[in-house]
Amino acid sequence: MSLPLLDIRGLAVTIPTRDGERTAVSNVDFSVQRGEVVGLVGESGSGKSLSMLAVMGLLPRHFGISGSIRFDGEEICGASERRLRALRGKRIAMVFQDPMTALNPVKTIGTQIVEMVRLHNPGLSRRELRAKALSLLEAVAIPAPERRFDQYPHEFSGGMRQRVVIAIAIANDPDLLIADEPTTALDVTIQAQIVEIFARLREERGMAIVLITHDLGLVAGLADRMSVLYAGRVTERGPVEPLFATPRHPYTASLLAAVPSIDDVSERLHAIPGTPPSLADRPPGCPFEPRCGFAVSACRMSEPDLLRFDRSVVACHRAGELSLATLMQEPA
Amino acid sequence: MLKVVVQRLFVMPFLLLGIVTATFLLAQFTKGNPLVSIIGARNLDNPEIVAAAKARWGLDGSVPERYAVYVWNLVHGDLGTSFRTKQPVLTDLLQRLPATLELVICAMIVGTIGGIVLAIISAEFRNTFADHLARLIALTGSCLPVFWLGLIALFLFSVQMKLLPGPGRLDIRAVAPPTVTGFMLIDTLLARDGSAFLDALRHLVLPSLVLGWSVVGIIARMVRASMLDVLGQDYITMARAKGAGRLRVLIHHALANALIPALTILGFTFAYLITGSVLVETIFSWPGIGSYAVDAARSLDYPAITGVTIIGGLGFLIANLLTDIAYAAADPRMREAG
Amino acid sequence: MLFSPARTLERPRPRLSASVGRFVRHLGWRQAPVIFAVAVLVSLVVIAVTIPWWTPYDPIGLAGRRLQPPSAAHWLGTDALGRDVLVRTLYGARYSLPIAVSVLIVAVGIGVAVGALAGFLGGIVDNVLMRLADITLAFPPVLLAMAIAASLGPGLVNTALALIIVWWPIYARLMRAQVLNVKKLDHVDAAIVGGVKPGRLLVKHIMPLCWSPILVNMTMDVGQVILLAAGLSFIGLGAQPPTPEWGQMIAEGASNFYCWWIALGPGMAIFLVSLSSNFLGDALRDVSDPRGRQ
Repeated sequence: MSLPLLDIRGLAVTIPTRDGERTAVSNVDFSVQRGEVVGLVGESGSGKSLSMLAVMGLLPRHFGISGSIRFDGEEICGASERRLRALRGKRIAMVFQDPMTALNPVKTIGTQIVEMVRLHNPGLSRRELRAKALSLLEAVAIPAPERRFDQYPHEFSGGMRQRVVIAIAIANDPDLLIADEPTTALDVTIQAQIVEIFARLREERGMAIVLITHDLGLVAGLADRMSVLYAGRVTERGPVEPLFATPRHPYTASLLAAVPSIDDVSERLHAIPGTPPSLADRPPGCPFEPRCGFAVSACRMSEPDLLRFDRSVVACHRAGELSLATLMQEPA
Repeated sequence: MLKVVVQRLFVMPFLLLGIVTATFLLAQFTKGNPLVSIIGARNLDNPEIVAAAKARWGLDGSVPERYAVYVWNLVHGDLGTSFRTKQPVLTDLLQRLPATLELVICAMIVGTIGGIVLAIISAEFRNTFADHLARLIALTGSCLPVFWLGLIALFLFSVQMKLLPGPGRLDIRAVAPPTVTGFMLIDTLLARDGSAFLDALRHLVLPSLVLGWSVVGIIARMVRASMLDVLGQDYITMARAKGAGRLRVLIHHALANALIPALTILGFTFAYLITGSVLVETIFSWPGIGSYAVDAARSLDYPAITGVTIIGGLGFLIANLLTDIAYAAADPRMREAG
Repeated sequence: MLFSPARTLERPRPRLSASVGRFVRHLGWRQAPVIFAVAVLVSLVVIAVTIPWWTPYDPIGLAGRRLQPPSAAHWLGTDALGRDVLVRTLYGARYSLPIAVSVLIVAVGIGVAVGALAGFLGGIVDNVLMRLADITLAFPPVLLAMAIAASLGPGLVNTALALIIVWWPIYARLMRAQVLNVKKLDHVDAAIVGGVKPGRLLVKHIMPLCWSPILVNMTMDVGQVILLAAGLSFIGLGAQPPTPEWGQMIAEGASNFYCWWIALGPGMAIFLVSLSSNFLGDALRDVSDPRGRQ
């Protein structure tokens, strides 16, 4: 296997609070190859976004980060702000979750796209910048880009804004695109259009994409591999197809079972009982144990290590003995 | 946006009438006999002089009559004649307005720049020593009495260190340029008198710093709060994710948004500046409306004090109107709604 | 069984008492400004009350030679009439503090009454009262205060009256907004359904929840009132000589421009009180509205 584009090892993020440090992400390993789409899946608060903000170097200054983040072979965890700034927007770009808040309300769409281009290509003339911005608007299929260029964000619909956000992200042909819940805030029909744009970007520009989401449907449609995060830890990781067919971690299995499907005759939404542990009271054992239908006493004693099974890696004491494929048909 | 401005414009005449009525009523409560200040205590026994003065200054007639005359005169731009200067109050005020405006505008510039810079430092280094220091500097300005600060500043910088000139708008020995606009900085330039321009500028430094510092606190507090609000927004993270530097993010993205809500205090700041200028002008012998008001109040010069109060109220109304317009114009979302 | 919403829906506890408890618990080194403010205000009050018993000089009598710079005998020097500046400054607390506090109490009293009525009754009462407040607020405060003080004649009492007229509409607006907000709360509806009479509703169910911002503002305004009162005295409309009032003393300092020490004491006194009132007001706001803490 060639050198991965992004290689995260043992990443931990701690948040200082009034009552001491809280570990929000711990020991996360994660890698992305060039041109690959990797899904990063988990409930809100599982540490997906924090990990990726750590890659961008955008975590608040008082957060503690440790571990290694290699981008294209270069260690960028703890790199200088100047170095990170050169990478941000140029080689690693980000698409934010909520297009309603990700655009600066007092600047025109054109200005905001041009800013991204100019920050990394200071020599370009005004005319070249405008032409580049217009072509980007076209690339994300925004109609009448000439007219749209001078409009403000509030004159755009949610879906259109998300296209603008994507246009800004891909302005400098980054090697890696981090998309943080890019479709969550959008209507279903718009979601499909945005997914299509991502598929095309990957096809045409060979962009590697990290897809942060809790929408497994999105992962199934776009991603090659996926990592499942729970309470700041990786619980399962592997290629998408076998992982969907035979999940080995009970959490992954219940996530899959929770996806509503048209074939589901019972017409019931399968929610996972309970809530993820808060950062404050973390059980000593497996973090999923309180909500797990298969927990045994060993699960309460120690945290399971990540172990390799076939093509995937799983952190579960009982990964070897359970057969969870049936769980999706018959929810617990 | 237009709606708000039109509403304001609609209410303005009523507020103005209220102001006028209030000042008129106030004048009726006067304890001291205004005749004393017109003709002097000695002439009070002379009925002819008293009658003539009463007729001349409109002191005869019942209260409603006087009110009617008063409003009628006001509508025609007649604010009465000052007992003290024997000139029409409006003439006096117009003559002195530029000096006050020059001072207030310079102070506003000082206060705005100072307030914004302190607010940026404060917001960027939130809860650190720099933040606390910046806030203390801003707060100190609003807690120091301006008239005392002016006194101390004059003593230190003018008398002790001889860095800056003393009171007044120009050096006593200097020849004032012909009055065109009344703004000393502009008039000296029009007269192509470079040294007089510098002199006027140097005379402006202390009063505008003193007056400006007194509003730094209000501005810094407001801008800091809205900066903190804005800095938590997604588009700030987005701007950083673009690879923009910290300063660029702060100025280009955060400040542009943070200043919009901060604009609402412009009118409020104006009220503070008026208060300050009354006192600062007294200290710095500044020939503006503030010192005119003080002189009028000290000598119970009724037409003058009412005139100043009405003009001040009008100025305040205009400042509030401008605030609304600026607020609406600054925000593209509001512009749209108009 | 009869269902009585007035009894089942518990009235929210007034925030203030809870605030004070939290306030005391949080007294740590972070509260340095508060400690400073309390120290300044408490010592000024103690000085103001006890000063006649322990000062070596009379505040309006001759204490030494005229216009002496600070020395061991006169820590802040003497003024143009040979009076001790420090003693006069300390005596000044007997004027400025009571004036500020009484002005605020009266202004808040009027403002709260007007605002509560306007907000509670609405309609024409609201309109008339609030337009009155609007007109008062349409004047720059200092000009209004000057016009009032000038027409009533100079003097401390008239200055206080002028300041009350300047300040009441601020509290009327604040109180009205509070009442309108509280009126929307569930427990008020419950009380109405439960048959509580309007007067009792206003006094017992609405007003207790309105005090927090009023108190915060009052604390902050102590400094502002003292500043404006001193300003009026400075231009000759407030306290008259030989009263050892701070603004008046600064005016005396201004007429003896080269003797910097005459104005130093009163200026610093105004500054310290004003700063303390701001510190205290800030702290009060933090505890009464934790969301606003930044």
